[in-house]
Amino acid sequence: MSRTVTIIDYGMGNLVSVRNALSYLGASVAISGDPAFVSSSETLLLPGVGSFRASMEELRKRGLDHAIREAVLERKSNILGICLGMQLMGSRGVEDGDTEGLGLIPVRVDGFAGSEVGSRKVPHIGFNVVTHEAGSRLFDGLSAAADFYFVHSFRMLPSPELPGLVAKCDYGVEFMAAYEHKNVYATQFHPEKSQTSGLWLLRNFLLQ
Amino acid sequence: MLKKRLIFTLLYNQGQFVLSRNFRLQKVGDINWLQKNYDFSKISFSIDELIVLDVSRKERDPDQFCNVLAALSQGCFVPIAAGGGIACVEDARRLLRAGADKVVVNSALYEQTDVVESVAREFGQQCVVASVDAKRSADSGWQVFSKNGSNAMLGNVRYWLTQVLKLPVGELYLNSMDRDGTGQGLDMELLAELPPSVAKPIILAGGAGNASHLAKGLEQEQVDAVATAHLFNFVGDGLSKARQAVVDAGVTLAHWDMSQLPALRQVGAG
Repeated sequence: MSRTVTIIDYGMGNLVSVRNALSYLGASVAISGDPAFVSSSETLLLPGVGSFRASMEELRKRGLDHAIREAVLERKSNILGICLGMQLMGSRGVEDGDTEGLGLIPVRVDGFAGSEVGSRKVPHIGFNVVTHEAGSRLFDGLSAAADFYFVHSFRMLPSPELPGLVAKCDYGVEFMAAYEHKNVYATQFHPEKSQTSGLWLLRNFLLQ
Repeated sequence: MLKKRLIFTLLYNQGQFVLSRNFRLQKVGDINWLQKNYDFSKISFSIDELIVLDVSRKERDPDQFCNVLAALSQGCFVPIAAGGGIACVEDARRLLRAGADKVVVNSALYEQTDVVESVAREFGQQCVVASVDAKRSADSGWQVFSKNGSNAMLGNVRYWLTQVLKLPVGELYLNSMDRDGTGQGLDMELLAELPPSVAKPIILAGGAGNASHLAKGLEQEQVDAVATAHLFNFVGDGLSKARQAVVDAGVTLAHWDMSQLPALRQVGAG
């Protein structure tokens, strides 16, 4: 099963790491910021490092917000958002001012509150334990409590009415470490920076 | 629970990887030598993070350094921080494009704080690791040095750590120049110079020569990560053994299943 993945390039973030990991797994990788190419891709990867607002502005400026929604909602292309990429898929973000997201995950993105994390340091940096629900496609074959690398100051919180499956991580508060629903996949952690566990998860995504 | 981190630091000087002892450098070999003798892909599966520093004493060649960084990043699936002589946003961008996830700044912390601020604005403060080199002095406790340990700063380490931690940086890499490369163990006394309750992760470096040194460092409550740059002490499967010994000593480190590795490369072919 040979897979071609389009990494969405909107001028932010480190695309090299994600490309390295996908190439290691044997996938062919295209890096593109062209909305026509993105909207016609079958497998999309949305990376991201930086601020929510600045990134949404870059996506909109390039027409990539519509291209992504078209691919995911109409063509039913698979998408994996990583770190800020996951957050951008949310409904709204508050980093650098309230901003509308891509609306693929009906959850808003807020900063870790002091009352949630207590004396823990923010950003949340390092490997932490992720627990997933049975039947997860992303975590299939991984330990029920596997370690993944995080670096983030904003988070999405799970709610009972949210459709799909949520994997959780505890950092004083249980936040959404990963999400999957139909063709929409997202991880708050960096699978491309999480050794064999992360590579395995990326492999699972490629095999969908 | 957030795991503590074991970090390996590679030091690079004019095309060669080097050992450093009290900041005096000894050449060991180039990237080909490193790949051949250390099978870096195996080493990288024994660590939680990699730091690559261009500590060139003469003029740096950033393109050459970035080529080496890009080669290292290909088989390395942990975060990579890179640094050495970052003096503008473009210097940082070049390292990030070559495969780094974070950049390490040292001299700019004291002399060009605007550069630190610009890099943080552009890439986020989680992307900036502040590296502070400190050395014991007879009168004022600990002294801070910039420019690869060649330039003594006025003011002691307490003053400078307070200043540095006010900057938009994500982590602090605290290095003992006295212990650097000696293999005598990490210097816990340096931790006493930190301001109370630092809100940023602390990486302690300088002096780790064996697994028990790494474990002792990680047992400290203030310490989030320890780093070693001692290539020869962790030759062959030295790092994977050291990692296991640290875990056996009771430190909680991240775990991953190496038996999954062979199946991983078959997605494209299958």
